[in-house]
Amino acid sequence: MSGPREAIFPTRMALTNTKLRLKGAQTGHSLLAKKRDALMTRFRAILRKVDEAKRKMGRVMQLASFSLAEVTYATGDIAYLVQEQAKNASFRVKAAQENVSGVVLPTFEVDRVAGSDFNLTGLGRGGQQVIKSKEVYAKALETLVELASLQTAFMILDEVIRATNRRVNAIEHVVIPRLENTIKFIISELDEMDREEFYRLKKVQGKKKRDAEAAEALKKKLAIEAGEAAEESAKPVSVLVDEEVGPGDLLATKDEDVIF
Amino acid sequence: MAQNQEGRNLLAIIGDEDSITGVLLAGVGQVSSNQKKNFVIVDAKTQPSTIEAAFNELTSRKDIAILLINQHIAEKIRPTMDKYTQTFPTVLEIPSKDHPYDPSKDSILKRVQKLVGD
Repeated sequence: MSGPREAIFPTRMALTNTKLRLKGAQTGHSLLAKKRDALMTRFRAILRKVDEAKRKMGRVMQLASFSLAEVTYATGDIAYLVQEQAKNASFRVKAAQENVSGVVLPTFEVDRVAGSDFNLTGLGRGGQQVIKSKEVYAKALETLVELASLQTAFMILDEVIRATNRRVNAIEHVVIPRLENTIKFIISELDEMDREEFYRLKKVQGKKKRDAEAAEALKKKLAIEAGEAAEESAKPVSVLVDEEVGPGDLLATKDEDVIF
Repeated sequence: MAQNQEGRNLLAIIGDEDSITGVLLAGVGQVSSNQKKNFVIVDAKTQPSTIEAAFNELTSRKDIAILLINQHIAEKIRPTMDKYTQTFPTVLEIPSKDHPYDPSKDSILKRVQKLVGD
């Protein structure tokens, strides 16, 4: 008997219950392990994609910066103008959901309303470049949004995988051993009780046997005596006298210590 | 975590002037009625504490889904960045014109590398 076990009374019913619970724990463990594996597969795929997308982002942003430089060259500095004109976002994101073995992963989608902002920017000169830059930046942002949803998925999956791992390990290293210990304990206690019961029965049987033998012996003795008596009855006088005298003697004798 | 994403549909950006101009051109800019902007311009003279305050304010807003931040600015508030573990808004480090992208500095990529490594 080693390790922690549950405080339970060792009966057959408790044994059945504990066995059922052990089976449940094992099923749960295998299910959780499967879930973890599925999540891990997904997680690895996302990891690869995140890595790739981050690198791609570097190139895309470089391109975008370059197009902005073109704008600056053609139009002059439009930074102030653009900042002051920003009123309502036309480039927004929409959150959608994706389900991976019971884990909800949000994904962002670009939700772009064709706005007319900055239409007058670069009216004097460089309008072409401004429009081009706008498009390039929108493309770059799409990449960024995609990357952001990957990254969010990555963070959530990371968390969920850790939680699942904790559960798997808890079941494997705490719950199952404890249930096994409990089962062992119950079985050993039941065996012990069996042995006690067996020993007790043995004892009772032995006692009965002894009693029976004693009774048998007494009977035999009586039978032999009876036989002897029958033999004796051939010359009955003395025995008969003896027998007559026995009880008579008992009544006749006086007990010294009995007070009447 | 995943459930409070409703209503988050804006992008926000902390960056240098050029990056801001670019993404604003694409139509990200949103100025609310009380003059609250979803973009913060940082230049060489901006104090890290100011950036941090802006970062904390933008990450605590409920309508922002993605927060873009220039990597060289993120570098200035790296401790705060590394501590940031919220799922929403997603913080994304982007390269800027003068500072090419360095994957080894990215908080997320560092975690990626760590996970792939072992």
